[in-house]
Amino acid sequence: MYTKDGENYFIVDSHVHLWDGRKQNQKNVHGQEFIDCFFDYHSNLSPDSEKWSYDEYVYYGGERLMKDLFEDGYVDHAIFQSTMLMEFYKRGFSCSDESWDLVQKHPDKLTYNHSFDPRNGEAGLKQLVADAEKFNLRGVKLYTAEWHGDSRGYKLSDPGCRTYLEKCLELGITNIHVHKGPTLKPLDKDAFNVDDVDAVASDYLDLNFIVEHCGLPRLEDFCWIATQESNVYAGLSVVMPFIHTRPRYFAEVIGELLYWVGEDKMTFSSDYALWTPKWLIEKFVDFQIPEDLTDYAPITTDQKKKILGLNAAALYDIEVPEHLRLPTSAGDADTEVAPGAKQAVAS
Amino acid sequence: MTIVAMSLEAEVMEALSTVLDPELDEPITDLGFVRSVDIDDVGVTVHVRLPTSFCSPNFAYLMTSDALDAVRRIEDVGQVRVFLDDHHDSDKINAGLAADAGYRGTFGGEAEDSLDELRRTFQVKAHTAAMERCIEERLKNSGLTVADVYRLRLNNLPGGHIKDALLRRRTAIGLGIGPHARVFVDEHDVPVPPDEVPLRLRFAKSVRISIEGNSHFCRGLLGTRYADEDDLTTRITNTRGTSSSGTSSRLTARSAS
Repeated sequence: MYTKDGENYFIVDSHVHLWDGRKQNQKNVHGQEFIDCFFDYHSNLSPDSEKWSYDEYVYYGGERLMKDLFEDGYVDHAIFQSTMLMEFYKRGFSCSDESWDLVQKHPDKLTYNHSFDPRNGEAGLKQLVADAEKFNLRGVKLYTAEWHGDSRGYKLSDPGCRTYLEKCLELGITNIHVHKGPTLKPLDKDAFNVDDVDAVASDYLDLNFIVEHCGLPRLEDFCWIATQESNVYAGLSVVMPFIHTRPRYFAEVIGELLYWVGEDKMTFSSDYALWTPKWLIEKFVDFQIPEDLTDYAPITTDQKKKILGLNAAALYDIEVPEHLRLPTSAGDADTEVAPGAKQAVAS
Repeated sequence: MTIVAMSLEAEVMEALSTVLDPELDEPITDLGFVRSVDIDDVGVTVHVRLPTSFCSPNFAYLMTSDALDAVRRIEDVGQVRVFLDDHHDSDKINAGLAADAGYRGTFGGEAEDSLDELRRTFQVKAHTAAMERCIEERLKNSGLTVADVYRLRLNNLPGGHIKDALLRRRTAIGLGIGPHARVFVDEHDVPVPPDEVPLRLRFAKSVRISIEGNSHFCRGLLGTRYADEDDLTTRITNTRGTSSSGTSSRLTARSAS
């Protein structure tokens, strides 16, 4: 929990990693390129005081994660999102065993989301059933741009993937986090293209599609589909750190998201260890949209509370202490949406 | 008639400045993507670099092949070679460029769609952002109201760089630039109907915010990635006709405004 000026904020960090980018885990040069690219993101967008050394960054382990999130970082609950990248790393980029161990030790603090790849066909589907049981899955993280043999990506709307989504419905895996944003860009199956989310969101209204990184750098395409689909959410991973390097751009992005997507459909995350939650939360609670950006109303304390934790808590049925609750329509696809969405649907 | 002599270095840089990053809508020379230009008796060698190893290979191909075409248009330039450095698909793209293999020839089965369509998508976005800048300027600095935006014509816009940019974007997507053309139109030059103006203007704003944000992010990442090299400068050497002593210079990329 974070407290400032007499207000209490329940914090859910909805996108964290425990990874191993060390040399001994790299399968090929792309493993090196990938962790280097992450390190550049970290170095470029973090305040100087929050920067890690390269050695710390490639592997930091569970103990440090617990400290950075829960001791120093005000986080009440965090959700692991696995990023397997089996073509680049021998045991996968995410340390799934170590993450799962931590979840078992701290079930009140941590949730584990696994992953699937529809290109694994029937065998993968069986694995998904086994994983759902083992990890008690409520969510998955999908990398539609992940390489797989000769394939450089897939679409959520591919028939093979629909089979998996239907299985998710059956298994109660209701939160589908989709990486749509920087890094790992294949060719025509464009990593930023959100059209496939649009196609499946309307077919599976009982699933929530959390678009991580909001489709940056094509925010407008994401905003447009979010107005059309009431079960599409904006995952703020990678958006958050712009609050430091480029506050005005951050204000514009938040203003646009509040307008098109709405305060009940935005979820905070640090994308740890890309960035650490402490400074992001402190800055976000202090943040206000500049007065001269007259298209946007000022952001309210209640909106910040929803974005920082209450929305994600609703999606994952995380228990929020009575006095910290606010009504949110997150998780409810039947409710009225954002102002921009109303206008877009009406026209 | 006046003939202004231009050095070959300047001609090469000018040619390269016509190559735009399709997503950021800015010249690759301003973005710091041109790492080096080496001129010798045989020809010109250009090295291109990008902000990450994972920058989209289709965009990477588009920019490097445009660079190759642009420099080849210079008279008596000799053999032109363009290389993409430090990219996950560098080998593939460099082999494709050297063989003039084209997009499909370079990527084979991975390339499903044509690059022209991709290019068009981003030219349309650039046009949308340019319209929004011009309209916002009028809303802010003249008595124009949102209700009257649909009436705005090109000759109602004051001269200056944002109008020039709009005219260039219109030309790029095949729209005319006559003084009485409407400003707020779709990609086929159909004026936005008055009742749709508020929503479409709002949407155009999100397009503009995206493009500007990307530009900042990409410049920042490039700077971080190549922090050990001289800022975002292009290293230029010219040994043509002076086999023993070459000249060397640097051009600094303009910083983001």
